Amino acid sequence: MNESSPPIRLRNVTVRLGGRVILEDMSLDIPAGKVTAVMGPSGAGKTTVMRLITGQLKPDTGEVWLGDQRVDQMNSKTLNRLRRGIGVLLQNGALFTDLTCFDNVALPLREHTDLPEQLIRRLVLLKLQAVGLRGAAELYPRELSGGMNRRVAMARAIALDPSVLLYDEPFAGLDPISLGVSLRLIRSITRALHTTSVVITHDVAEVRKLADFSCIIADRRLVASGSPDTLNNSEHPLVRQFLDGQPDGPVPFHYPAPELADQLLESERRA
Amino acid sequence: MKSSHQIELTAGIFLLLAIAALIFLAVQATDRGVVSGGGYLVTANFTNIGGLKPRAKVAVGGVTVGMVERISLDPDTFEARVVMRISDQFNDLPEDTSASIFTAGILGDQFIGLEPGGSPEPLRDGDRILLTNSALQLEQLITRYMFNTEGDD
Amino acid sequence: MNASPSGLARLLNPIRKLGDVGLFLLTAISRMRFTALQVAETLRQVYFAGVRSLVIIVTGGFFVGLVLTLQTFDALSRFGATEAVSTILALSLFRELGPVLTTLLFAGRAGTSITAEIGLMRATEQLDALDLMAIDPMERIVQPRLIAGIIAVPALVLIFNVCAILGGLIYAVFLMGSDPITFWGNMQTIVELGRDFGHGMLKAVAFGLIAGWLAVYFGWTARPTSEGVALATTQTVIATAISILVLNFVLSAFML
Repeated sequence: MNESSPPIRLRNVTVRLGGRVILEDMSLDIPAGKVTAVMGPSGAGKTTVMRLITGQLKPDTGEVWLGDQRVDQMNSKTLNRLRRGIGVLLQNGALFTDLTCFDNVALPLREHTDLPEQLIRRLVLLKLQAVGLRGAAELYPRELSGGMNRRVAMARAIALDPSVLLYDEPFAGLDPISLGVSLRLIRSITRALHTTSVVITHDVAEVRKLADFSCIIADRRLVASGSPDTLNNSEHPLVRQFLDGQPDGPVPFHYPAPELADQLLESERRA
Repeated sequence: MKSSHQIELTAGIFLLLAIAALIFLAVQATDRGVVSGGGYLVTANFTNIGGLKPRAKVAVGGVTVGMVERISLDPDTFEARVVMRISDQFNDLPEDTSASIFTAGILGDQFIGLEPGGSPEPLRDGDRILLTNSALQLEQLITRYMFNTEGDD
Repeated sequence: MNASPSGLARLLNPIRKLGDVGLFLLTAISRMRFTALQVAETLRQVYFAGVRSLVIIVTGGFFVGLVLTLQTFDALSRFGATEAVSTILALSLFRELGPVLTTLLFAGRAGTSITAEIGLMRATEQLDALDLMAIDPMERIVQPRLIAGIIAVPALVLIFNVCAILGGLIYAVFLMGSDPITFWGNMQTIVELGRDFGHGMLKAVAFGLIAGWLAVYFGWTARPTSEGVALATTQTVIATAISILVLNFVLSAFML
């Protein structure tokens, strides 16, 4: 299934949601078979990029390509076929709480293959072994920590040996040990399966250790892209604010509001 | 948390319980479909049906054998024509069976009582019962009683 | 998408909502698929919706039967017509009280948990995850619960009716000393299998569809926050109660 990990290309994409422009005329190239980090401040449209790649969201204008397939023009049938080749790790794992870890990982296999139960069992145990949780196969997600939940979800995401893997905030809220485990897993899985991996995150430090390629989305467009080192040396004010974590800058500290003095005077006048 | 095997088993037992309830209610708490649907139709003309209504019961010796299907006015004789549906179980009522309208208790509903005759020929679908007794009406009884006492003097 | 509370918009909003509820059911039906996996999942949901409502249905039915008999017995004894008590009990149960009360209890017990479950699945991205695994959540999540409602409610109505009649039997026969043969006999003479019992069961199937449908709808459309899910469960109970009571009147009028 993964003989050809496809590159992902977004061409002049504009997305409006509820009257608000999320992305404007953005183009982005994600190289095949590598780990790409998509970074940016919260609410900048990182998750939107992911939803474009999976076809959950269609752009108002522009094109989304996965290899030689145009995602934004697919009907639900071809989209379903496409999604079998994409593994997604959602923010908190999104495991099915009424199924055991084993059944969670087995679900895509049972749904999309005609493999005999015995073979499925072997495959699931192998996937769980890869994330180090074979011993937890018969436990329910609520009996495991948040970090372990995400590792089970990772096993589920790679159940069908996808050629593209998307990770939505894989490091948010993890303790240092779980974080180290996740980093290693993402790297080893990408190498073992030769997948095109996209990591959506705002964890600057982790990206340096992990990504082959990274890009920063802010203010509705792509502001910088390149290897993590190139980004580090960038002089772009937004990139600098983001990488150095300055509280104020191109991304303002204050939510848009009338002048403070005006508003205070206004309330005084009313009183 | 139960295993999926146990869950399916419990759900199965639950459904069996519901089926048992269905059978219990249908057999123990209803007429078991004796009068609704099926059966054969018999007509009878009455000069006065009193308060008889469609769906009233038709009984032989107090046992329900059918119900009143519809009531209309015979255009020629201006009598009330009552169509009864009798259950197929009771298909050997004699041809010369008579029909009377009774009242259950003093204030109860009115129903048709059938009195089997002696003919060897049974009643068939579409047949007409010739011997009928109309409903006794309380007012008429009272009036008759009052006239009778006056006449005796 | 006009949020201004103009008179027209306020008038049109409920109609739009109604259309949304209807379209939701049509979508769910159009995407139904019946595989072995789906049948097993439906059975699982029958367990969750039906078996777990048993306690409330059994106790509820028993006490409704008890109190209904108590009151009618008292009223009928003034006319010396207490032998009619079993008929009144069975007719009111089969025709009205059984289906209506069972569905209301079902909405409170199972409907709310279906709504909360689906709402939380949305909030924890489980529905997204299914979608991303190319598994239709309409088919995998909505369909089994919808069908489970249609199966579980009539089953519960039957059990409710049995319990209520037993409650009535205990009061009339064992406490007040009525004759058990008259008790059953009067019931058997008057209550018709098709018209009284059968029509009541038709109601039960319709109510099961409504209860399951509204529960999955409000779960599906719940805002993925704690207030959103809380609001959705409340809406499930209110909407089910109102539609059941109104529909019950309409059906009764039609079936009489």
